[in-house]
Amino acid sequence: MSPTEVPAVALTDVSMAFGGKTVLASVSLDIAPGSVVALLGANGAGKSTLIKILSGVHTDHGGQVRVAGEPAALQSPLAARQLGIQTVHQRIGEGIVPGLSVAENLVFEELAQARGNPFLNGRRLLARAREIQAGLELGWSDAVLRKDVTELGISDRQLLILARALATRPRLLILDEPTSALSAAEAERLFALVERMRDDGIAVLYVSHRLGEIDALADRLVVLRDGRLTEDQAKPFDWDSALRAMLAQAQEATTARPVREGAEGDVVLSLRGVQLFEGRKPLDLDLRTGEVTGVVGLLGAGKTELARGLFGAEPFTTGSTALDGEPYAPRRPSEAIRAGVHLVPEDRHADALVPGWSLAQNISLPFLRSLSKAGLVQRAKEDTLGRDTIEALGVVARDEHSTVEELSGGNQQKVVVGRWLAETPRVLILDEPFRGVDIGARRDIGRRARTLAAEGAAVLVLSADVDEVLEIADRVVVLAAGEIHLDAYGEDAERDRVIQTISASV
Amino acid sequence: MTTTQSTEVPTKAALPPATSTAVRVQNAVIKYGFIFVTVALFLYFALSEGSFRESATLLDTLRYVSVAAILGLGVTLTMAVGGMDMSVGAVAGLGVSVAAQTMVVQNQVGTVAIVAVLAAGALAGLLNALLIVVLKIPDMLATLGTMFVIQGGKLILVDGQSITPGMTLDDGTTAPGRFTAGFLRIDRGTVLGIPVSVIIFGGLTLAAWVFLARTRWGRVLYAIGANPEASRLAGIRVGAYRALAYVLSGVLASIGGLILASRIGQGDVSAGTSQLLEAVAVALVGTSVLGRGRPNVWGTALGAVLIGIITTGLTIKGLPYYTQDVVEGAVLILALVFSFTLSKRRTA
Repeated sequence: MSPTEVPAVALTDVSMAFGGKTVLASVSLDIAPGSVVALLGANGAGKSTLIKILSGVHTDHGGQVRVAGEPAALQSPLAARQLGIQTVHQRIGEGIVPGLSVAENLVFEELAQARGNPFLNGRRLLARAREIQAGLELGWSDAVLRKDVTELGISDRQLLILARALATRPRLLILDEPTSALSAAEAERLFALVERMRDDGIAVLYVSHRLGEIDALADRLVVLRDGRLTEDQAKPFDWDSALRAMLAQAQEATTARPVREGAEGDVVLSLRGVQLFEGRKPLDLDLRTGEVTGVVGLLGAGKTELARGLFGAEPFTTGSTALDGEPYAPRRPSEAIRAGVHLVPEDRHADALVPGWSLAQNISLPFLRSLSKAGLVQRAKEDTLGRDTIEALGVVARDEHSTVEELSGGNQQKVVVGRWLAETPRVLILDEPFRGVDIGARRDIGRRARTLAAEGAAVLVLSADVDEVLEIADRVVVLAAGEIHLDAYGEDAERDRVIQTISASV
Repeated sequence: MTTTQSTEVPTKAALPPATSTAVRVQNAVIKYGFIFVTVALFLYFALSEGSFRESATLLDTLRYVSVAAILGLGVTLTMAVGGMDMSVGAVAGLGVSVAAQTMVVQNQVGTVAIVAVLAAGALAGLLNALLIVVLKIPDMLATLGTMFVIQGGKLILVDGQSITPGMTLDDGTTAPGRFTAGFLRIDRGTVLGIPVSVIIFGGLTLAAWVFLARTRWGRVLYAIGANPEASRLAGIRVGAYRALAYVLSGVLASIGGLILASRIGQGDVSAGTSQLLEAVAVALVGTSVLGRGRPNVWGTALGAVLIGIITTGLTIKGLPYYTQDVVEGAVLILALVFSFTLSKRRTA
C-alpha cells in the first residue's frame, strides 16, 4: 500500500467481550483497496466475531472502524452494506431464496430495498440480471437466469451469491470459507472471480482454513489467536511461522512434560484399516492403558470424524475396531457407553449441555439408571454426584443446583467432562476440550484426565492446538486430511517437529 | 498492556444474583400470575353466584374438564420431547366409536370395550411414532395427518352413522348390545360422592407427574425436548423415547375417549373433535404456570381447571355458550404471553 492510499477499511483497537470474556482484544488492521487479505485462526480465535463486527451484526464493540478514511458506525447489517461492506457467509443456504429464479436471486438486494418500486417488472429484472452476469463473465444464458435457483449446482449457487454481493460494487468483500462446499475445479472458478475483484480495486478479506488457497490467492495474511492479531505477513508467506502463531502459544512455558517415552501398557482400543474420508489411506491406531494420546490437526483433518466414529455417533464404514481384544463396533453412542467408551464432544452447547438444567442434572444425564431406584431418580444421590464433581474438577459455581447458564465457559466445560467420570471409562475421548476455556480450567481438566490415565484408562485428546496437546499427552499423533503423519512419544514429539509436520502436510 | 490472570476468577455466577424490587415483583407475577388469576376468578364467581359455591357445581366443572385435561396430559408428554400431538381429539373420538362398536354391535361386555379402546389408542400412538420417528415427518404435520386418517377411518368403520343401541344394522337385524351399566358408570357413577371420571383425572395427573418429574424416563423425555443431539450423545435412544411419548399420548387420549363414550352413551361420530383445541390449549396454558415456560403436568391440570372455572362461571352468569370459544382463546393468548414474552424477557 502506498502511503497516500486510504485503506478501504481500517480497524483501530477493536475489541469485543461476551459476558466478561474477551473475544477480541484491541485488534488493529488496515485493508487496502485492491488487495486480498487472508484471515487465519483456529476455532474460537475470534474470526467470526471480527466478521460480525464488520458486517454490522455485533454493534457493541470497542475501538473504531473507518471506511475509506471516514469513521463509520456499523449499526446494522444494512448500514454495513450501504457503506460498501458485503459479507458472503459460509452457509450458502442462508444466501439464496428457493422458489425464486436465478435472475430474481441475483437482483434480490435491489428487490428487498424498501424504497424500490413495489411492482415487479419481469423484463426490467431480467435485463438487470443480464447486466450483472455479463459484468462478471459468469457465462449464464437467459435460460439459466430463468431457472429456479434450486436447479443450480452448489458451486453456481456460490457464484450467484458472490455475484450478487459484487453487483453492489462493494469496497470490502468478506468471504467466509467460500470453498468449503466446492470441488477443486469449482474453486478455481471462484478464485478467478476473486482475482478479478482485486484487480477492480475491491478489498477482499478472505477467511479460510485451506492454506493452499491462501498461498495462491492472498497478498497478505494475518493470524488471530485468542482474540489478538499475532502475525501479519506479506507474500511470500512463512508457513511455519504462521502456523506457530495460529496453533501454539507464544512463549508460555509448557509445564513439566508428561511421562512416557515409548509405548508401554496393554492396548485398550485398536483401529485397523479405518478410513476417515473416502479416497484417503486407511489408518491403524492403538490406544494403550495409562496413556494420554494427543491427536493434533487443523480443521478438517478428521479429528471429529475419528472421535465420533469411536463413540458410535457416526460409525466407521470401513476397517475394524477392537476394545480389550474383543470386536467393538458401536452403532450408536449408547453401545459405546455400555462398553466404557465416553466422549466429550467438540461443541458443548450444541452437543452436550441441556439448557436451563442444573449442574447436577446435567452431570447425571448419561448415568441416570444407576442413580435411580424403580425408575425414580434418587435426588439425594444425584446432588451428591453433583457436589463430588464440583469438588473433583474445581467447578466455580454457587452449588450443584445452579443452572449451567450461570457458569463461565471453562466451568461449563468442566461439567461436561465431569459427567463422564461418574462411571470410570475404559476410554475417554476429549474432542477440543479446551476451546473457549481459560488456563485455570484447562489445567484442572488436564490434571483430571491424567489421573484417569494413571488409573488405567486410555485417554484420547483431539485438538488443533499443539501446546494444549503437548501439555497433557504422552504421545502425539498428527492427523491431516484423514491420514496419520506423525506418531511419536516424548522427546520425538517435540513442538517444532509437530508444527513442521503439520506445515509439511498442508 | 494487561496481565492475564492464570487462575479462575469467580464470575457473576458465584455471587448471589442482585435483584431489584421491580425485578422481584415481575418474577413473582410471572411465577404465580396464573395461579393468582385462577384463584381470583374462583373467588369472584364463588362470591357473586351462590350456585357456583355448591359442591355439585364444582364437581361437575371438574367432570366437564376431565376429558380435555387427560388429553392435555398426553399433549404435555409429546411437548416434553419437543413435539406436539394434534391427533388426541380424533383418537378420543375413535375411542367412542370403538366402545360403541364393541358393546352395541359386537354385544361384548364393558371390560372388552375398555381393552379395545385402549388398544386402539396405543395403535394410533404407534402410527404417530412411525411417521415422526421412522419416517421423519415433522410432528405437527404427521399428527395432523393421523387426525384426518383416524377421523375418516372411523366413519368407514361405522358407515358414517352414529351407533346407537337398538339401531338397525346392515343385514336388517337390530343391534344386539347396549352400553353396559358398568361402562356408563365411568362418567356417571361416583365413589364417595366424587365422579369416577374426576378420580381418573386426578389419578392420571398424579401418575403423569410422578412419571415426568420424578422418574429417569421423564427426565430423559425433557432432555430430548431441550437438546436432542446432546441426549443422543449422552447415550439416550432418542427415537425410542419419542415413540414412547406418542404411544402414551395415544393411550391417554383413548382414556379420554372412554370417559366421553360413557358420557354420551352412544357412538356419536362427531365426538372428540372439539376436544383437540381444548387439550392443546390447556397444555399450552400449563407451560405458563409457575413461570417454567416448559410443559409440565401440574400446569396442564391447573390450566384445565382454570378453563373449567371460566366456562362454568360464565355460564352461570348467563353468558351464551357460543361466547366460550372467544373467552378460552383469550385465556390461551394471555397464557402464551406469560410463557413466551415475559419469561423470555426475564432471562434476556
